[in-house]
Order: sequence, then C-alpha cells, then structure tokens
Amino acid sequence: MQEYQHWKIEEHPTGIVWLGMDVDGASANVVSTAVLSELNQILVHYSKNLPEGIAITSLKDKGFVAGADVKEFTKITNHQEALELVQYGQSVFNQLDNIPCPTIAVINGFCMGGGLEMALSCDYRIALEDPKTRLSLPEVRLGIHPGYGGTVRILRYMNPLIAMDMMLTGRSINTSYAKKVGLIDEAVPQRLLNNVAEKMLLSKPKKRQAPRISKLLNNRLVRPLVAIQMRKQVAKKAKPEHYPAPYAIIEHWQKNYGDEAEFLHGEAESVAQLSTNKTTKNLVRVFLLQDELKSLASENVDKVNHVHIIGAGVMGGDIATWCVSQGLLVTLQDLNAESLARAKSRAHQYFKKRLKKRLLIKSAMDRFILDINGDGISKADVVIEAIFENKDVKRNLYASIEPKLKEDALIATNTSSIEIEQLCDAISDPTRLVGLHFFNPVTKMPLIEIVQGEQTNQVISQRAINFAKQIGKLPLPTKSSPGFLVNRILTPYMVEAGLLYDTGTSIAAIDQAAKKFGMPMGPVELADTVGLDIGLHVGELLSQAYNYNLPNSFKTLVEADNLGRKTGQGFYTWKNGKKVKPKSKSSAENIDYIQNRLMLRFLNEAVACLREKVVEDKDHLDAGIIFGTGFAPFLGGPLNYIESNGARALYETLESLHNQYGKRFEPDPEWQSLINNS
Amino acid sequence: MSTNSVYIVDGSRSPFLKARGRPGPFQASDLAVQAANPLLMRQPFAPEELDEVIVGCVGPSADEVNIARVISLRLGCGDKVPAWTVQRNCASGMQAIDSAFSNILLGKSDMVLAGGTEAMSHSPVLYNHHMVNWLADMNSAKSPMQKIKTVTKLRPKFFAPVIGLLKGLTDPVVGLSMGQTAENLAHKFKITREEMDQFAVESHMRLVQAQENGIFENELEFVFDDKGKAYDKDDGVRPDSSIEKLAKLRPVFDKKHGNITAGNSAQITDGAAWIILASEQAVKKHKLNVMGRLIASNWAALDPRYMGLGPVHSTVPMLREHNLTANDIEFWELNEAFAAQVLACMAAWKDNEYCQEHLGLDKAFGEVPHENLNVDGGAISMGHPVGASGTRIVHHLLNVLQRNKSKLGVATICIGGGQGGAMLVENLQ
Repeated sequence: MQEYQHWKIEEHPTGIVWLGMDVDGASANVVSTAVLSELNQILVHYSKNLPEGIAITSLKDKGFVAGADVKEFTKITNHQEALELVQYGQSVFNQLDNIPCPTIAVINGFCMGGGLEMALSCDYRIALEDPKTRLSLPEVRLGIHPGYGGTVRILRYMNPLIAMDMMLTGRSINTSYAKKVGLIDEAVPQRLLNNVAEKMLLSKPKKRQAPRISKLLNNRLVRPLVAIQMRKQVAKKAKPEHYPAPYAIIEHWQKNYGDEAEFLHGEAESVAQLSTNKTTKNLVRVFLLQDELKSLASENVDKVNHVHIIGAGVMGGDIATWCVSQGLLVTLQDLNAESLARAKSRAHQYFKKRLKKRLLIKSAMDRFILDINGDGISKADVVIEAIFENKDVKRNLYASIEPKLKEDALIATNTSSIEIEQLCDAISDPTRLVGLHFFNPVTKMPLIEIVQGEQTNQVISQRAINFAKQIGKLPLPTKSSPGFLVNRILTPYMVEAGLLYDTGTSIAAIDQAAKKFGMPMGPVELADTVGLDIGLHVGELLSQAYNYNLPNSFKTLVEADNLGRKTGQGFYTWKNGKKVKPKSKSSAENIDYIQNRLMLRFLNEAVACLREKVVEDKDHLDAGIIFGTGFAPFLGGPLNYIESNGARALYETLESLHNQYGKRFEPDPEWQSLINNS
Repeated sequence: MSTNSVYIVDGSRSPFLKARGRPGPFQASDLAVQAANPLLMRQPFAPEELDEVIVGCVGPSADEVNIARVISLRLGCGDKVPAWTVQRNCASGMQAIDSAFSNILLGKSDMVLAGGTEAMSHSPVLYNHHMVNWLADMNSAKSPMQKIKTVTKLRPKFFAPVIGLLKGLTDPVVGLSMGQTAENLAHKFKITREEMDQFAVESHMRLVQAQENGIFENELEFVFDDKGKAYDKDDGVRPDSSIEKLAKLRPVFDKKHGNITAGNSAQITDGAAWIILASEQAVKKHKLNVMGRLIASNWAALDPRYMGLGPVHSTVPMLREHNLTANDIEFWELNEAFAAQVLACMAAWKDNEYCQEHLGLDKAFGEVPHENLNVDGGAISMGHPVGASGTRIVHHLLNVLQRNKSKLGVATICIGGGQGGAMLVENLQ
C-alpha cells in the first residue's frame, strides 16, 4: 500500500476502507490541490480494487474540513486559471461520486465549503452530534460560491429554498437541523459514529432524496419566479454592484439547473467568472487579514479559565456573556444589583437564542456568576474593568483592586477613550495595565483593540493578544493615542454627519449616502444605536485632542435626554428597538456630495493614523476598520480603497473640501506618499 | 474517637422567598447554587479542594435526583468531589451539617460544604391512583376497540390532583397534619390563640427590626432570576402584622374549632442555606478564618403526635452531657414550625412534671427566655424551606453570638414524624 502525505488509509477486515484525512502541517484540514491529487490517486487505486465501501473521515482533533485552501485562490490571476482549478476539484469529486462501491463521509466536527462538497459527493453523510459540528457552504463570504459540485449535489438532497439560503448567506447549521433538511443521513454521538458508518456501508440503505416539493421548485417554469423572490431577499442585505456572488448563485441555479454535467459546467464557469472580480479579491484579502490577526497570538499558551469583569453595563455585561459563551468562568461585579440582574437577563436571552437546549443554557448560566462583593477579583486570571469613562474613578478602582489580584493576573481596561498612560500609574506596577477595547455589540463585533501604553510590558500585551484569540476575537495591537484606531477614525465621520444635519441635510440622505458607499449602517443611525451621550463623550475627548468642532445637534439632543435608541428618541424615533422611518423629504439632495463629505473625513483620518503608526501597518489598519466598524468588506478597507480608486483623485476632492470648509478637511501629509506610491 | 475540633468557617444563604401559589422563579438547585457561589468565591481555596458536598433536601424536583451532586457539579466543584443528599424531613439541613461533622471527626473529610435547599413552591402535583391505572390500561390497549372501551372508563374523579406538599406535611403513620400535632401541644400546655398570635407578631417585628439593622448582610446573598430581577430580602415578612389582623384568620388544620392558623405557622417558602465545615488541619492548611466551632449534636425521637417537642428531647441530653444548664446557653435558635410548638417547648423545658416523666430529670430543665430565643425572628416571619432551615439556624446562631460577643448557643429544630435535632456551637470570633 502506498503512503500518502495527507491521507492515512486503513483497510478493515470487513472490506471497508477508511480514508483518514490528516493534512500535513495544518491544525485543521483544508482541501488543497495537493490533497485533491492524492485523493485522486487513492480513488484510482480503489476503482480497480473495489472495496465493500469507503468511509472518509478526519484524523484531526479539530473538525472535519475547514474548507478549500484560500491561499491557492489568491494566486489566480485570470479566468482560465480559475476555471482549471475549479474543474480539477470537480473531476476528483466526480470520481468519488461515481466509484461503484458505497461511500460515506463521517463528519466528525465542523465541515465547511470544500469539505462539505466532498461529503456531498459521497453516497451517505453522517455527523458527530456535538455543538461544534456545524456545516456550511460559506464561499459567498469570499465573493464566490461552491465550485466543486456543491451547488449541484446539494440539490439532490435538499429543498432548493433551504439549500440556496445556506449558499446565499454562508450560514452554518447544526447537525439536528442538517438531518432534518436532508443534508446528512444521521447525527450520532462519538460512541456510535464509526459503527453506524460501517453498518450503512454494508447494508446500503436507500439514499436520501430531496423532499417532493423540490421537484416543483426546481421546475423550469417555476425557477424564474422563485429566483425573483430570492433576489429580493438578497437585495435587502447586499447590492449587486457591491456583492455579485449571491446574484451569481441565483442566476446559476435558474439558468443551469437540470442535466448534472451541464449544471457542473455552469458552476465552474460561474465561479471562475467571480474569482477574478475585484470584490472577490478584496473579500479574500479580508479573510486572510483575519488569519493574520489571529496569528499574532502565541501557540501553546496557558489558557485563561476565569475572567472577572467590573461594571455590569451593556459593555461589561456583554463581555461577560461572550466570555461565558467561549467556555470561560466569569464573575461580573457591580455595586448595583439591578444592573447585574439586567446583565444576567440579557445573557439568558442570548444563550436561549444561541444554545437552544435547556441543559446547555443552564450550564452557561452557571458559569455566569454575579459577584456583587467582587470576590472573584482574587481568583481571576484576567480582570477587565468596564465601568463608565471617568479617569479618577478608574484609577481609584485599580488602586483598590491591585492588592487583591492574583500575582500573574492580567489587568485590563475596556476604556474606549482614555489613554492607558493616564490610568496606569494608579497601580504599583504600571507596566501591567493594558487596554482590551471591545466593540458594541460585543457578541457580534469580532475585533478587540489591544491598547498598549508607552509603558505597557510587551509580555503583558502578548498575553492580552493570546486572550483575545482564546475567546475567538481578532486582536489588533493599537497605540494608546486618543480614540485608539477605530473610534478615532469613526468620530470625524460621525461628526461630519452631525454638521451636515445642522445645516439642513436630512438624516435619511446622510445615512443613504454612507450606505451607498458600502457602510453597513449610516452614521446617524450608528450614533443613535451607540447612544448619543456616549458618542458625545467620545466626541468631546477626540475633538479636543485633534482640534475640531462638534455639531450642535449632538449637544442639543443629549441635553434634552434624547439619547438615541435606548431612550426611544435621538436623531431618529425608535420603537421597540427599531427605527421609525422618517417621512421622506424631497430627493433633491446631492448624495454624492454628502458621501464625499462623510467618507473623506473618514479616509483622511485613516491616512493620519497610518502616518502616526497607530497600528503596525496598512493591513492592520484596514483589518481594524473592517472588523471594528463593519467598513464595507468588499472595498477591502479604507487604505485598500484609496489605493484601488486612486489616491490622487481622492486627494483632490479632499483639497477642494478643504478650500470650502477649512481646516477639518486639511489633507494629512501622508497623502503625498500614497500618491507617490501609486 | 478523635477529639479534633470541627470548625464552622463561613456560611451563606439565599433570601427566603415565600411560595405564592405557583412555582417560584428558582428550582431548589438554582437557589443552592446561587447562594453558594459567593460563599465559595470568597474562600481562599478552590471548590475542587472540598472533600465532599452534603445537601439536605426533602423534595428535590424529578430532575434533581441526588440534588447534592447536581449542585456540586453546577458549582464547579469538579468531577472528583463526591456529593450526597440527606433527608431527615424538616431537619434535613441540620442532618447535612451533622453528617459533615461526623465525617470530619472520623477523619474521613477535612473540608465539607454542607447545607440545605428546598423549593416548596415547586413541590409536585401528582396524578391520583385512578388516573395512573387508567393511563396504564390505555397504554396496554392495543386495538381501537379496546382503546375506545378504555376511554369510556375515564371518570371526573380521576382528574383530582394529589398535592404533593399536603401529603408531605401529613404524618404518614399517625395520619395527623403537622398543624394538628401543634394543636395537640397547644391543648397539652394550655396555650391560647392570643399567645400564639402574640408570638407570631413578635416574630415579624423582630425580623423587621433585623432587616432594618442590616443583620443579614453577613449571611444573605443576592439571587437573580433569568428575567432581570434581583432578590435580596426574605419576602414573607409582614411589617404590618398585628394581633388584631391575626385574630381574623381562620384555623386551617382543625377547621372551625382549632387555634392554629396560617398566621401563627411557618410559611411555605423557597430557600437555601450553607455552611463550610473544616477540620483543624484544613483550617491551618488554608489559613481559614473561622466563625466558630461545632461542639456537639444530638438527635432524639418521640411520639409523632407531639413531634413539636423534638427540640426539648434533643437539647436536654446534649447539654447535660456537656454539663451545661439552660443558663449557660446565651442564645437559642428554635425553628418556628408553629408558634404553639415553640411556646410548648419553652413551657416543657420549665415544666417539672414533663421533664421528670419524659426526660428522666429530677426537676425542670430550666427557663429559656424569649429574649434570648430567635432574636431576629424565625420561620413564622421568614418561612421554613424544610430542607434549608436546619442549616440556616446554625449559621444564623453564630452571627447572633458574634454580634453579642457571646460564646455558647444552641440551634434546635422539630421534625415531622416525631424527632428533634440540636447543635451546640461556640463563637470563636
């Protein structure tokens, strides 16, 4: 028997061959060309020496398959190369599909993208019943769609509405749902997994079939009607000019469904088409930036078990909830029992929605310990302060808790606006304090700014980075200058929105302009969502530090206690947490002009941060802004946007605004080097 | 037997939450977990270092079998700490302490989390036997005809529920409700309705006073439900209680003619209480700051129809063995099952005839003055979560001794079925 680099083969006396995927040098399996080519050889061999059955599983501790190898994808330069890559994958999986013995995918952990496409090419699929086993086809998030036959084969087993929804959103599903909708045959616990696999291969039960309704939905005459509905759904979330992939999936299904060979060919063409698209390049870059931030963490470090959080406001409470959801024990401290009770109720809501099963919810809630006396301080590995933004109160707090801390406990502040240097000398070892700046809503925003003061010990910030990675967030090392990175860049943009409003621009037009650019939420709505009091507070600090004016509207609203969503009234009126659409004014407003005013302040501040090295480099800056603000991922980040749209043109627009409005639009000196480099 | 001391290190409890006719916000294990979390968090040792967890509980929910283990795991004591549940009816929480006491004395354990919990508002409502039989018939009916036939046998009386709580509060051997045993005591010691009501009002007033003075800050932990509400007070207390109001209540056990009312009985309540016990060795090892010492415990049994006198029968031999008299004991906690029952105990202690006949003394044991007994109220005002009360009174007694800079105290409790339990503690603070 030949040895393979990425596959371990076991031939059982039952006549069943187990193909164990164990990609060399990787912690999780990825379907690279090398892996495919070995699978090809293996399949050629067994086509000639047909076994009773073939079971494919993963030998990794972590999951089944994480997907295709994205790095290979970045090397593609043209349509032809893309087509060849995709068609090669298709040919291997076709071979798996067509081998005359029964085949089964034994999905023992997460199963994404190319991994699921491989599983779909088997006759049967069973999965390990475990919360970590989630299945998805997330290619759309990289601007493409499944290309190894996934779009074709999934429809053999599933209702097209559900299958398309999975591909259009890239969302992952759990095993019980996967079984219900036909994606897998069985979900069983570890103790049964291999037995069930062998039993199925030997008894060859009937393959699952898509429910009867699918025939109708896939019908040639019905498809166009269904497709219209799907496009409508997609349009709510993504514009075709920003995100072509979901539209391409719908188009592909509508046009190519039918003969499988044709359908597969159409799939390859469509993916190849998408893969050279600018959006795709940017989305892939964003994906790789995540990996880069994750890779800042050290390997094999002691895990944090217990986090103590002081301050049970929305941020503190949500940080606690998030840490619990990542398996940690959390003590949440606040003097106010009602704040603690509210935090607990929010956590319970979150776990109910996320975990669904009663015992899982209970176990999470048991790790969410409300600690009115602060006894957790002396036991925690990490202590995070998340109280209100007041320098003196924070300093007093640090001084009072320092003697109680475990010797090696990490002490961090979630301050969003106070520099670490102004806080750290309240403790006897100022090198010990580091900023862990989470973003609201914590359970959704992937970024944490690791704020390093001048004095912060490198070992300490490295531990903060490791902690961020452990709790599944992206760590971004950031200099401790006012506003750090994200708020510093967001604030002038939101201030400009306020100034536009002060001079008569409608809030609808302002938000529309930002969204047209590709921001996920307009600045006015964002201000209302964050809370205008908080926005004003940060605005005041930053406007002093960077010397610009605040709009009157912010102050007026805060004075009237109209703080945005939380009070039901801000710039918008809010009902049950949803904004009431303002009555539309005349549409004569110049959206492009508004967009320029908003986005150029944003970009100009980003350029200033680059010059000041607030973060390490361009990549880190783009990553921070994308993951910290939701800045249009398809644009690949502000600096990437400047680069690809031409620094000079943007500079000139900025200069003209500078002439018109004065200092706040003064181009940063760094623009010159951007122009020179382009 | 080893002569090592057994120390009470620390304790905590949940607020006692009155049952209000429907299941309360917490199961018994929830209350226990939330009351124990802060207690364990403030200890210098990790929960995994406990040698065992012992919990008294009379009626855990169906999904809380061996509730001690459920609680222990939920508290993060880890897989390796054994946990077991004890049941001695109303004294289950005291039994848990006593079991820990024994194991430490025997050298089997060094550090034990012991306590009691009860969610009486969650006590089950059951199908009666008719219904269970009918369901079994229905299950075994195979053909549609058989099924139809079985359906026709269904009768309205099958739907009459069995209230688990009432069953539990009725003596299964002599058939008297707990309230009726208290009526027996009232009759025997000629305790009047007015005396009972007066005692009940006093219980409320003492608790109100204690709450105002923040007496419970050292022993009571917040508990939080999932809906955003925090609980930090024993909520059965009635600051507006008065003789006049209580006089209007109707007797509930011997209807019409009796004297025991809901107002002069312990309340049906949910709650949990804990203490940590440790050996000398563990105290040294973890540098524990102890509250006090558990010197002795004693159990006694008597005629179930007079179960309320259990405290008299359990305390006297224990104190005599230690050559102590009533005067040596500075504070008493006597669980208030019924006002009549507490008054009867106080009467029996100082009754020559009773002490001679039942306790083999030459004369009365002595006087236990009301001023030194249940100084911060009791189960009548605070409630009596049957599993938890036994622990609560021991822990609270130490707080009372500490506050008054006193040394010796006795906590004692009567037990449905005709028993009594007592513990002698010494304040070391």
